[in-house]
Amino acid sequence: MTPPRRQRRYPRHEPPPPGPGKQGKQGEAKNPERLYVVAGADEDGARAALDLVTLIVARADPPPSATPEQAALLRLCTAPLSVAELSAYLNLPFSAMTVLITELITAELVQARAPIVRQAVPDRSLLEAVMHGLQRL
Amino acid sequence: MDFNGSDTLPGPRTGDHLPHTAQAAVKIVIVGGFGVGKTTMVGSVSEIRPLTTEETMTQAGIGVDDNYGSESKTATTVAMDFGRISITDQLVLYLFGTPGQERFWFLWNGLFEGALGAVVLADTRRLEVSFDVIGRLEERGVPFVVAVNSFPDAPRHPVRELRTALDLAEEIPIVECDARRRASSRDVLMTLVRFLHSLAVTGPPR
Ligand SMILES: Nc1nc2c(ncn2[C@@H]2O[C@H](COP(=O)(O)OP(=O)(O)OP(=O)(O)O)[C@@H](O)[C@H]2O)c(=O)[nH]1
Ligand SMILES: [Mg+2]
Repeated sequence: MTPPRRQRRYPRHEPPPPGPGKQGKQGEAKNPERLYVVAGADEDGARAALDLVTLIVARADPPPSATPEQAALLRLCTAPLSVAELSAYLNLPFSAMTVLITELITAELVQARAPIVRQAVPDRSLLEAVMHGLQRL
Repeated sequence: MDFNGSDTLPGPRTGDHLPHTAQAAVKIVIVGGFGVGKTTMVGSVSEIRPLTTEETMTQAGIGVDDNYGSESKTATTVAMDFGRISITDQLVLYLFGTPGQERFWFLWNGLFEGALGAVVLADTRRLEVSFDVIGRLEERGVPFVVAVNSFPDAPRHPVRELRTALDLAEEIPIVECDARRRASSRDVLMTLVRFLHSLAVTGPPR
């Protein structure tokens, strides 16, 4: 029995995928994805700066002024933890997590370590390191 | 959750902590249609207990009259599971088992844009459930490999036939795997990283 065949979706007559930031109102109507919005996220709000795998490290103990959420987060990341892990442990949606962390970055209570993202031409030494790490698994 | 006065805060188990030297993370996404084994693969290779991050979204009421300030909206929670592998004292790899419905991918900013690459899991009993995600990855320029999950009653096709069915270029690796086994899942990730490395040597296609 031969398997079913995939129909290529492109070239398609639709605008190029939206870049970071602005989503045109027009596009919102046409692109089915844009029928959904992240609850509580404002236009180009805090979402842009933090990645799921940005590593967060506390720089100080929770100050007396810290909210319970802030204190919980500061206690969790005495050692580095990704935004995704914080979201999981604190049981907060990712977007709410980024808002909370952004406040703490502004207050200089945590430090953020940016992820290494895909480059147009991949970084060979990085990939070699990943291969060695996987081999040890 | 209750943040107040709790001294048994949920958090990393002993051994699930990263060293202070951890400087940066990279990510790989595991995609595929409904029930193809994404969660299983994340769980089998992760060195930490697999975790879940959620996002809440609202869906604008379609075909419903929008009265000022009282649009009918329903809130939906979409979950994504992930795991972690330490690469060196400085570098960490995260694996995300993305929601099966790719229309929710946008909820996590940069999930695909920043990922080193993707593993497409395919089940030969329902190959077509992976067609859409492959199209999406191509559109976004995310490099990927295909891992065919060996479900016991699944039809077996020669790789050449699968390549034709999935309409994949010659250089894109297609491998078999058992997502339940750590070594097998690890080999799939190795295949992906080796493929990415070959792109670094030959330059991205275009
Ligand atoms: N035989 C076999 N079974 C598998 C394999 N991978 C997953 N399964 C089984 O398939 C079922 C579905 O696996 P999941 O990992 O939950 O699939 P998923 O892609 O996360 O599913 P959704 O999140 O619902 O889309 C489970 O019962 C697994 O035990 C495999 O490689 N071989
Ligand atoms: Mg799953």
